[in-house]
Amino acid sequence: MSWLSFFRGKQEEVPPTASAAKERLQIVLAHERISRKGEDFLPKLQKEIVELIAKHVAIEAERVNVSLERGGDMSTLAIAVEIPGPEPARRAS
Amino acid sequence: MAQVVVVTSGKGGVGKTTSSAAFATGLAQAGKKTVVIDFDVGLRNLDLIMGVERRVVFDIVNVISGEAKLNQALIRDKRVDTLSILPASQTRDKDALTKEGVATIIEELSKDFDFILCDSPAGIEKGAMLALYFADQAVVVTNPEVSSVRDSDRILGVLQSKSKRAEEKKDPVKEHLLVTRYDPARVERGEMLKLEDVQDILRIPLLGVIPESESVLKASNTGNPVILDGESQAGQAYKDAVARFLGEDRPMRFIEAEKRGFFSRLFGGRAA
Ligand SMILES: Nc1ncnc2c1ncn2[C@@H]1O[C@H](COP(=O)(O)OP(=O)(O)O)[C@@H](O)[C@H]1O
Ligand SMILES: [Mg+2]
Repeated sequence: MSWLSFFRGKQEEVPPTASAAKERLQIVLAHERISRKGEDFLPKLQKEIVELIAKHVAIEAERVNVSLERGGDMSTLAIAVEIPGPEPARRAS
Repeated sequence: MAQVVVVTSGKGGVGKTTSSAAFATGLAQAGKKTVVIDFDVGLRNLDLIMGVERRVVFDIVNVISGEAKLNQALIRDKRVDTLSILPASQTRDKDALTKEGVATIIEELSKDFDFILCDSPAGIEKGAMLALYFADQAVVVTNPEVSSVRDSDRILGVLQSKSKRAEEKKDPVKEHLLVTRYDPARVERGEMLKLEDVQDILRIPLLGVIPESESVLKASNTGNPVILDGESQAGQAYKDAVARFLGEDRPMRFIEAEKRGFFSRLFGGRAA
């Protein structure tokens, strides 16, 4: 604390973090309350999409990238699957 | 019929035992026949906070296993004569508690007491589940901090789906929010969740706000529930909360930062 801030009766400015806490809580709890009722369809959706793709092409588990971002108004579920291309042409020796 | 009240939170270290001791003592002071049960089997602490640790002979597990009668295990408080304590076992683990055993104890206590307070352990395992299962009312102890608020929300979900009242489709457990370790100065600086924020998120009726206070440590050092310390803000805040619990209308106190004058800043005085 500097002398000046002492006389002003103020601590050093710290960026307030309480509002970030509130926002994060509101979002995570909105989702947890839904999943508590067993209504969170996102994990199920993810599983079914991957299964559907696997029906058509052979995919390896480690070639599937799933990212889920839960938001307040909107959530995004991104599934990236590396689908193997045609057999590489054999090089003439 | 007695009212069964669970003091719960999900998270540990938020002030459940401190609040259980204060509430039990406050209810008894108001003339209600009160018993407070420690459900934290393996980590007994209510006896210390209540100052009866040297008088423990039998505990809840002894009663459930038939090694002792309920009235042999109950400890009568020496300060308030309408108050009794049923300690947890220190040597056994949570599996020694059974739903049938706890049901029998609560049924028996219901004949003699107005209030049965259950001090829940942390978590959502067996001990915590049994502490809340028979509840008519719940005091949800929450600190203004993200993990505590989240765990309280979780516990509210459990109360609404796994309690006896929920299973039997009776009226739901009556929920009360008790915000503890509240530091108005840090709230003012934007470092700590505001009371309104916590209320906004949890959306259950507010029973009280207990400020962060050095007197709580002093109380636990000496084994006197802080509600007996009429000088301290925490003690007064608990008194208000108990009065509200019994239907009185009292304004919230100690939720604004104290305006500190030049000299108190100079000498670094702190809230009692
Ligand atoms: N209002 C308060 N002010 C300061 N310290 C507190 C307050 N309430 C609780 N404490 C402290 O917090 C710690 C945990 O409290 P306790 O009641 O044992 O929590 P729990 O039973 O939820 O684990 C203890 O050291 C206690 O003294
Ligand atoms: Mg405890």
